[in-house]
Amino acid sequence: MKKTVLLGAMAFAGLAAGAASAATLDDVKARGKLNCGVTVGLVGFAAPNANGEWEGFDVALCRAVAAAVLGDSTAVEFVPTTGKTRFTALASGEIDMLARNTTWTFSRDVDLKFEFVGVNYYDGQGFMVPKELGVSSAKELDGATVCIQTGTTTELNLADFFRSNNISYEPVPIETNAEAQQQYLAGACDVYTTDASGLAATRATFDDPANHVILPEIISKEPLGPLVRHGDHEWGDVVRWTLNALVAAEELGITSANLSEMAAGTDNPEINRLLGSEGTLGEMLGLDAAWAQNAIAAQGNYGEIFAKNIGEDTPVGLARGLNAQWTEGGLLYSPPFR
Amino acid sequence: MSTLTDPPKEQFRLSMLLYDTRYRSATIQVIAMFGFMLLAAWLINNTLSNLAAQDKAFDFGFFTESAGYDINQRLLDYTSRDSHLRAALMGLLNTLVVAVLGCITATILGVVIGVLRLSSNWLIARLMTIYVEMFRNVPVLLWIVFVMAILIETLPAPRAFRGENPEATMSLADSVAVTNRGVYIPEPLFTRSLGDVHLFGTSSLRFDVSLDLMVILAVLGLSLWGAHRVTLRANRIQEATGERPRTWHTRTGIIVVPTLLVLTALGFHLGYPELKGFNFQGGTHLRNSLIALWLALSLYTAAFIAEIVRAGIMAISKGQTEAAAALGLRSNRIMRLVVLPQALRVIIPPLISNYLNLTKNSSLAIAVGYMDITGTLGGITMNQTGRELECVLLLMLVYLAISLSISAVMNWYNEAVKLKER
Repeated sequence: MKKTVLLGAMAFAGLAAGAASAATLDDVKARGKLNCGVTVGLVGFAAPNANGEWEGFDVALCRAVAAAVLGDSTAVEFVPTTGKTRFTALASGEIDMLARNTTWTFSRDVDLKFEFVGVNYYDGQGFMVPKELGVSSAKELDGATVCIQTGTTTELNLADFFRSNNISYEPVPIETNAEAQQQYLAGACDVYTTDASGLAATRATFDDPANHVILPEIISKEPLGPLVRHGDHEWGDVVRWTLNALVAAEELGITSANLSEMAAGTDNPEINRLLGSEGTLGEMLGLDAAWAQNAIAAQGNYGEIFAKNIGEDTPVGLARGLNAQWTEGGLLYSPPFR
Repeated sequence: MSTLTDPPKEQFRLSMLLYDTRYRSATIQVIAMFGFMLLAAWLINNTLSNLAAQDKAFDFGFFTESAGYDINQRLLDYTSRDSHLRAALMGLLNTLVVAVLGCITATILGVVIGVLRLSSNWLIARLMTIYVEMFRNVPVLLWIVFVMAILIETLPAPRAFRGENPEATMSLADSVAVTNRGVYIPEPLFTRSLGDVHLFGTSSLRFDVSLDLMVILAVLGLSLWGAHRVTLRANRIQEATGERPRTWHTRTGIIVVPTLLVLTALGFHLGYPELKGFNFQGGTHLRNSLIALWLALSLYTAAFIAEIVRAGIMAISKGQTEAAAALGLRSNRIMRLVVLPQALRVIIPPLISNYLNLTKNSSLAIAVGYMDITGTLGGITMNQTGRELECVLLLMLVYLAISLSISAVMNWYNEAVKLKER
């Protein structure tokens, strides 16, 4: 009897150990649902709307991946994570991918053993102050109280920026964007610092956005992008090429409006390969031929997603800037689909 | 006489392990131990294989790397270039500060409320009941967040103190500023300071000892000892002659004069906080994260301590009070000299648990952005280095060590005050 217990325990241990490293693509397909890590709430990027449905720029990427893999853009379980919990959630397998304004850095890629599959937003760290303080440059912030989300790259940049400019500050560590907003609006801190896109998104929710200025200094490079666990290359490829498909779709002029027309077949072989009417790209990824079609159908191409969630016509009001296509002077550049 | 023969030797059979009461408990224990060892082996094996699957090693090397982040409340000097170890040390000190402050305040509040709850004044007793029920039945995290929200939303920001006709002014003869970033109070300064002693050089464990403080403490200690001698002498005279000499003026003199002399010699003065730039500068800054955590933990734990004190007092037979009253003692002296000393033996053991709870609850500090050890080692360091296992293990060890120390001290105190039967 004892032997059975021992064998059972060993088998159990073996199973538990195996769980973390199994092929995520098969897991997602078997589960019929994608577990996608997002922020606990940043308007424009990821936040539940009035009906409790998640929407935003990062959310759209989760939906595109779900559509590419499962053919259903609603088959996503959104897992809200804070700056502190996100990496543990991904490493432990609680989520399949993280789409949460996370900066691609060397140590996260190499030491924390994650794989950044690309950049969906080129950002930089900025500062927001109330207009009445009369500050026009970040270098005038000597002695200011600064609200900062803990466990982020912005926290480290902040320390470096103030030290290298020989000015002092008082950090107020905060767990989530909502808490930072409360403290900032109550005047418990003079300055709120995070990625400039996050500042714009936060400011958009204020009653009086015009009374707050985002200072001109951008003190860091913050390439934000989705990431997956290191070592599962098939899954990494799926997420990477879904993101690329959205970017390429904009470049090739594929929109949600003309998608079905284009999918029928065009003169451009790259469009045909991307949308599956020619070649076997989907099969190579382990998905069906219409994978990219489904991904684009979910929320449109990169440009449409941008315009709908954070573009200039939305309250967040971000210009394309660096995030324009390479053909229009931006940094967005998808490797070719061939 | 018949010869006694040895009883037949019983054969040992395997089934006896289960059916013979002589062996059964041992059998169960052996099986349980095997089970426990299997569980432990499985946990370790699972951890190791998961670490291997993630390509991570178990090592504490990250401790010597530069932390890179700033900590607002630091009792020792610290910059963002210091190591993660020093950041953890700053966090540990912050944890200890809030734990010590909280335990002291909770005890004072708890004893007062516990005694008042037994008051014969109906209104006071009911008010205290309401207090206890209110704080006991709402999670402490909510109290912490609630207190913080009140501090932030109701108090004026530093910019309200600015201008010709400021909306807010400093209190206590312009020496204390109460803002929604915390309370600024005057700080002690010395014009003829003796300086600091630097211990442990430039290592992560370095700290400075202020010689001024050491001298003042030494003088104060000596004065207190002197005052104690005067009391002992008064006791002797009282026993010999029956008359107790007045000692309060000599004792006050012995305590106050040398300390005043030392303070004057060091050039003691107060540094007042002043509004400069964005914030108040100078003075001592009690951040509202500390105040919120301290207040909420104290108020919450005080409710439990009050109940313990009430139970302790009610455990003392009413005859004790009546006997003391018959001797002509007033009610507050009865409480102080007769009831409370006896109640302590009932009060102290559960009090230890509450001190431990308060200390462990201080790990909720991150809710208000107080940088305790959970915030530094278990928060930012863990997040920036990705060494979850190492950080959490260490964090558990630290809290275990703090808790065991509190237990040891309080148990020692319990031994000292418990009823000695002769």
